[in-house]
Amino acid sequence: MKKLIGRIKGLKKTTKVDFATYLGVILAFVLFTVLRDRGLLNRSITGMLVPICAYIVMAVSLNLTVGILGELSLGHAGFMSVGAFSGVIAAQSLQAAVPSAPVRLAIAILVGALFAAVAGTIVGVPVLRLQGDYLAIVTLAFGEIIKELINCLLVGCDSRGLHIAFNITGNLTINDIGMEPGGMAIIKGAQGATGTTTIASFTAGFILIMLTLVIVLNLVRSRAGRAIMALRDNRIAAESVGINITKYKLMAFITSAALAGGAGALYGLNYSNLSASKFSFDTSILVLVYVVLGGLGRMWGSIIAAAVLYILPEALREFADYRMLVYAIVLILVMLATNNDQLKALAGRIIPKRKGVSSNG
Amino acid sequence: MKKKNLAALLMAGTMCFSLLAGCSNSGGQTSNPPASDPGTQDSQPAVTDGPNGGTAGGTFKLGGIGPLTTDTAIYGKAAMNGAQIAVDEINALGGPIQFQLQPEDDQADPELGVNAYHKLLDDGAQIIVGSVTSGSGIAVSAETFADRVFTVTPSGSSVDVISGRDNTFQVCFTDPNQGTGSADYIAENLPGAKVAVIYRNDDAYSQGIRDTFVAEAQAKGIEIVDEGTFTKDTQTDFSVQLTSAQNKGADVLFLPIYYQPASVILAQAKQMNFAPTFFGVDGMDGILTVEGFDTSLAEGVMLLTPFSADAEDERTQSFVKKYNELHGETPNQFAADGYDAVYVIYEAIQAAGCTSDMSTADLCEALVKVMPTISVDGLTGQGMTWSATGEVSKAPMAVVIRDGVYVTP
Repeated sequence: MKKLIGRIKGLKKTTKVDFATYLGVILAFVLFTVLRDRGLLNRSITGMLVPICAYIVMAVSLNLTVGILGELSLGHAGFMSVGAFSGVIAAQSLQAAVPSAPVRLAIAILVGALFAAVAGTIVGVPVLRLQGDYLAIVTLAFGEIIKELINCLLVGCDSRGLHIAFNITGNLTINDIGMEPGGMAIIKGAQGATGTTTIASFTAGFILIMLTLVIVLNLVRSRAGRAIMALRDNRIAAESVGINITKYKLMAFITSAALAGGAGALYGLNYSNLSASKFSFDTSILVLVYVVLGGLGRMWGSIIAAAVLYILPEALREFADYRMLVYAIVLILVMLATNNDQLKALAGRIIPKRKGVSSNG
Repeated sequence: MKKKNLAALLMAGTMCFSLLAGCSNSGGQTSNPPASDPGTQDSQPAVTDGPNGGTAGGTFKLGGIGPLTTDTAIYGKAAMNGAQIAVDEINALGGPIQFQLQPEDDQADPELGVNAYHKLLDDGAQIIVGSVTSGSGIAVSAETFADRVFTVTPSGSSVDVISGRDNTFQVCFTDPNQGTGSADYIAENLPGAKVAVIYRNDDAYSQGIRDTFVAEAQAKGIEIVDEGTFTKDTQTDFSVQLTSAQNKGADVLFLPIYYQPASVILAQAKQMNFAPTFFGVDGMDGILTVEGFDTSLAEGVMLLTPFSADAEDERTQSFVKKYNELHGETPNQFAADGYDAVYVIYEAIQAAGCTSDMSTADLCEALVKVMPTISVDGLTGQGMTWSATGEVSKAPMAVVIRDGVYVTP
């Protein structure tokens, strides 16, 4: 035991934080599963577990782009949307072929991640050559384009397979895509995906969070991660030591997009109705708020911020019409508090310091 | 060195604590509804199906779901205000059945709709009035179906809200019904019309009505000469669509859209000297109340609507008066839908003889059984009846706007 403690003490600080993050997520999962199975959780919390998991994955993956890569992305919800709709199509069309819901969910999440990664590549290759504000604007536009494209998408499934039509003129309906009678409509243009069988589960959400953490934290602590952070901190210096800027930028960006796609598939399969307008600019900003409040580059911060800020508006329902106002005020207060030097100093005094505390700790 | 870890633990601890606090908080409220009025507790065995089977009674808790904030708030607020007026009226009767309504906001978002629904069940709601919008309604009715909670939606008009869910009933027409109803009406009363359609193709409501309208029009041999589309972001200028319709010689313009874009269309058509017969559906209701809108432009506009605030009957008059006193505006059809939804539940409870101490699932089964047998006179229709699938059957009413009021043609 002493040996173990000694070994833990000997670890690097970042490694300790990473292990604490994994441990925290596992403990939270065990705690909530036990509470739920014993009937101690109310319905509100139980119902929010899956969307919280999806938003945590969204926040952690966006933190990779914004915090580690240092590029502002305003279209993260676009990748979520790609993942959500491709995941829903996969899960719905495989209903007969794969009867087991958890397997179908896993396939859907993989498909969602894959399609989002493709979308991330398409956007990333031309765009990551741009810098700063330009990337923000292009990703913003990307989110809007995805929304419009999905509004034109008609997808159905029958015994002969998938039927997909692209309703550019706006004159087609779900009846025009040549399905056999009795075929199942999956996406009906502007009406979105309706009648989806909801198969998302808290366990799947937990596994997705753990996978996301393993991928993101390992990427960040690896050689590639150090290269990414180097080009975030000083692009010219990084280039001068031979770091391939486009390669490392794309690596971070596509990973982030793929994880957002996985989160989207989990989210999409939690509701029987999903329309493209859900994944608007507002959702991108919401996730960005989680990331900024949780701390740029701090993954555990994103997890806690996403969970707390998701529950907050629901907990404020008592305020009825004023709840979004109260929510906004709480956001401002939290922002002020976390950036207040005096409060930080006070926290530093309360928490016993050990020798050699670095100033950025 | 350890500071970050400790801070992380502290934050995590705070989070868990706040979650647990949330649990215990509503834990108290989750308990069964109050043990109702004296004399009703022993009436439970008498509960059977069939009209007026047993003695109905007790305080039923209704959970309302609709958009109370954001840009669709006008619909949710109207429906909830209307429902509250009905609840107050029924409670004032002093009968054995009493209601309590708790409205929750869903911002017309399926995700928040489901959250609101869970919150309502935590607070002890037994019957759901909602959701007001279709998008949220589809997600909520999937949940109420799984949990066996009786649901009446005032205005969730999409077929997907009720399809495959035996315990969800609509007060409004379904979108296909409105499309078919409009096509039938045009075929019958405006023979030989050349119809142009302008609709919003990123809106489930508008697209849904257009689809069934076009299908029925083809079946009835109505000639559709032009179709124009717009989206949420392009609903401020319709000159292209109107010019196209005019050039193709349209004499009826079918507008399955909400009243704000319709008001722009009317104004622009007037400027272009394009004067077809404008034909709208229930979303057109409210056009006379648009601020800064010259109501003379709406002269001669025809619309299918289930509710008219200018109707002469006593019940509508008293509802409009009450609504005006409480909220300072004329109620729209959403308010009437909400009002009727509560009366539908009231009639169903009476017919099934339910008591409020029944479990939510038993209540649901009993009410589902009687719904196809009851007939309700409401503001949005006389003698409304329901099919077992949840679809309402009532006569659609076509009105024409003359001198700023609705009149029947």
